[in-house]
Amino acid sequence: MGVQIRNITKTFNKFVALKNVTLDVQPGELLALLGPSGSGKTTLLRIVAGLEFADPGHGQILFHGEDVTYHSAYKRRAGFVFQHYALFQHMNIFENVAFGLRVRPRKLRPTEDEIRDRVFTLLKRVQLEQLAKRFPSQLSGGQRQRIALARALAIEPRVLLLDEPFGALDAKVRKELRRWLRQFHEETHLTTLFVTHDQEEAFELADRVAILSEGNIQQIGCPKEIVQHPTNTFVHDFLGLDI
Amino acid sequence: MFNRFTPRIMPGFGLSLGYTIFYLSLIVLIPFSALFTKTFSASWAHIWESISEPRVLASYKLSFGVSFLAALVNGFFGLITAWVLARYEFPGRRFVDALVDLPFALPTAVAGIALTALYSTNGPIGSFLFEHFNLRVAYTPLGIFVALTFIGLPFVVRTLQPVILDLHADVEEAAACLGATRWQTFTRIILPALLPALGTGIMLAFGRAVGEYGSVVFIAGNLPLKTEITPLLIITKLEQFDYSGAAAIGLAMLLASFVILLLVNLIQWWNDKRTAHDREEN
Repeated sequence: MGVQIRNITKTFNKFVALKNVTLDVQPGELLALLGPSGSGKTTLLRIVAGLEFADPGHGQILFHGEDVTYHSAYKRRAGFVFQHYALFQHMNIFENVAFGLRVRPRKLRPTEDEIRDRVFTLLKRVQLEQLAKRFPSQLSGGQRQRIALARALAIEPRVLLLDEPFGALDAKVRKELRRWLRQFHEETHLTTLFVTHDQEEAFELADRVAILSEGNIQQIGCPKEIVQHPTNTFVHDFLGLDI
Repeated sequence: MFNRFTPRIMPGFGLSLGYTIFYLSLIVLIPFSALFTKTFSASWAHIWESISEPRVLASYKLSFGVSFLAALVNGFFGLITAWVLARYEFPGRRFVDALVDLPFALPTAVAGIALTALYSTNGPIGSFLFEHFNLRVAYTPLGIFVALTFIGLPFVVRTLQPVILDLHADVEEAAACLGATRWQTFTRIILPALLPALGTGIMLAFGRAVGEYGSVVFIAGNLPLKTEITPLLIITKLEQFDYSGAAAIGLAMLLASFVILLLVNLIQWWNDKRTAHDREEN
């Protein structure tokens, strides 16, 4: 079932950011939303997260079959990773990762020992357990983004949403993290939506790529399919294909 | 640091430091030293008598106590005001924003007279409070509290506003995505980020309130042992040509304020050091 986006339209004042977008993300799939700036890809991701709401009366968002269209962000259990990390500066790394567990209602909140175990498991997973007591300002960009990912994973998200997660990093780190994320996805198969404007990144990482322009999905398919058979001139030009 | 041959990116360190010290001496240190000299021109007995007579002791309690309460209340409502002004767009926002500065701009005596007229038992608000709640505001410590709250508000609002504007929206969104309610986001993410500025704002409001004279004397009623603030007693001493007594009380206030500010800074410093220590541990 994965994530189903049904007929989503979003208007800002009079500007139409998304025009009747329908998109299915298969369970366990890593799908990249690729497009130039202003194409609506980030808006779509934010609507899936519940940080923005689609125009009322238009469309639906379903997580694994459950209609979450009108749920607030805090009820959706969607892990979101921001371009600029958005770590909590006044908390150390441990507390950053533990945050999502600590804010749970008392009945659902794990015990202190469980929180500790879970946080350290996640920190090991992102290979940064030695930094638990550091503060975000003491970490490099790549480390911060891995912590942001660990923090998003702590709540056992139903979907993982990544908004240009490597956009603020330098080229070398970006390539490393890209490979690392792909490997991570192979191990977990968490349903993932990934926003980027970097086609190399999209094609290397994703199972399938959806190309957006002016609020419409121009083409969706696996990387090979898109490169070999672009459906229209926009995709053709955007990818910079010859002939 | 003082090696004049060290190359620097920013020129003019010597000149600007010299100017700073000269200016501070002229504006701040010379009057201070005059206060010291005047005080200690009198005998120790006279100084002690001036600063420890019952009327003066009662005024310390009133001045510092009410100022502290007013600053705390301003901390709470100032936070809400600053939040609303920084976060929401509504018709008349600029007008409300300008209103906040009014207590800065208004001559304090005008504020005092206006508040007295409103809150005396035959004034529009005062008569209502007196008839329905049997509450006297003007000529009681409550009146002083009202005046000090009035003059202190801008300090809290203006210190907090830029800090609230500077908060990044994505941090709050991250908290929401992690399952935090708006209230949890506010108490665990936003408030900790605002606390240092809130502390500064409250201290500024407190400092201003302790020294406030103009707006308070009209509404206080100035009853000995009950509603006399310390600055008023300084004026009273001056009117009796007891200059060294006035200076002594002034110095006592200054020292008390200094100790309070020092304590607050020590707490902040200790707090910074504690978190810095955590950071160094690893």
